[in-house]
Amino acid sequence: MKRGFTLLALVTALLLSFALYEALIAAPTEQTMGNVQRIFYYHVPSAWTAFVLFLINFVSSIVYLIRRNPKADILALVSAEVGVVFCTVVIVTGPIWARPVWGIWWAPGDIRLTTTLVLWLIYISYLVLRRFSTSGRTPVIAAVVAIFGALDVPLVYFSIWFFRTQHPSPVIGGGGSLDPRMARVLLINWAAFMCLAWLLSWTRYELEVAKRQVEEAQALESLLEGSR
Amino acid sequence: MSFLEITRATLAKDIRLEWRSKDAINAMLFFALLVVVIFSFAFDPTAEESRRIAGGLIWVAFLFAAVVALNQTWARELRNQVLDAYRVSPAPANPLFLAKAFGNFIFVSVLEAVMTPLFVAFYKLRVLGPAWELIPIALLGTWALVINGTFFAAISLRTRSREIMLPLLLFPISIPALLGMVNATTAVLTGEESARFWIALLMAYDVVFTTASLLMFELVLEAE
Repeated sequence: MKRGFTLLALVTALLLSFALYEALIAAPTEQTMGNVQRIFYYHVPSAWTAFVLFLINFVSSIVYLIRRNPKADILALVSAEVGVVFCTVVIVTGPIWARPVWGIWWAPGDIRLTTTLVLWLIYISYLVLRRFSTSGRTPVIAAVVAIFGALDVPLVYFSIWFFRTQHPSPVIGGGGSLDPRMARVLLINWAAFMCLAWLLSWTRYELEVAKRQVEEAQALESLLEGSR
Repeated sequence: MSFLEITRATLAKDIRLEWRSKDAINAMLFFALLVVVIFSFAFDPTAEESRRIAGGLIWVAFLFAAVVALNQTWARELRNQVLDAYRVSPAPANPLFLAKAFGNFIFVSVLEAVMTPLFVAFYKLRVLGPAWELIPIALLGTWALVINGTFFAAISLRTRSREIMLPLLLFPISIPALLGMVNATTAVLTGEESARFWIALLMAYDVVFTTASLLMFELVLEAE
């Protein structure tokens, strides 16, 4: 396991450096937006990574409710935490790009912006609940809230979709006709970010396992002392 | 006892308690009144402007006020270990949940019935669209608030600072419902567009979360 971790860390470091070079130097400069467009190589892969992590959170919450396997609960917690980090990157880089390109920091009616923001809020409230819960059954409650949050996403999407078609606002230009060289850089960056997310989740997972073992040992110790 | 009997008995008990103490309803009414008054100082709109913003103001006021009632839903059952007694009894969990949700629905509806005329007076409102549509919007919107509110109040029962935990959980999840209520109300008030889509969205929201709550409430009741 140790060797696998070191290998993953090495691969992540290499990929990230290569992706940095590709995004900042090798990728062609966009015609109208100029260099500002390069933030795209960080913004979009972070968003995809965050969505993958939130999906993992949803699936492992369901698995936990069915199987009651503590590993699924730890996975749910870890994926939500790392997902929120990547989602924060998305929400911070978005306005930095939008200000010079759209002329505004934030477009309140835009579907992707608002859906991502609501997603971010939902998962932060999930993490707050986990932190504040005092009952021994936190995993069950957290899993239920995670499922509620995931059910909310399509509703958010549709409500904003209709909202926007009513009140047009600047729409992101991504997708559509992307230069193949740009698409390549984008995918390299995504691979690097996914590796980074994997590495972070792995570290956090081991940490959580160790933390729970320590807590169990402490509880056992105080129990033994009490009976003496 | 059958499902309906348990629901009815719990609901009757809650309404009787509320009728005698009037804790939740008084706090809610006064709170909503304060919000209306403060908003009317903060914005001094013309009749045209107030039609555009009133939908948002009215629902935000109801949402904040509803949290006051929702927080007391289960706290009442903690005294004298009523909830533990319920848990060890053979009664299923869902009738209890439905009774609590109906109770909150009634309390919040009373609040809305009292506060709406005040809103109309303070903001010089005159409805330009089909006014009858406000009734389904109010019913569906209120249910959307209380179904998730009742559920999350049960979840936040065993957390540190539970009074603040409820809005933290409820508000992000309620964003689509709020968008629906506010836009539907604004559509009716201004009469510029149809509120149909928003009413359909509220219905979808109600169906999804009522089903989810009924499927998962037992887990929460056991876990808490």
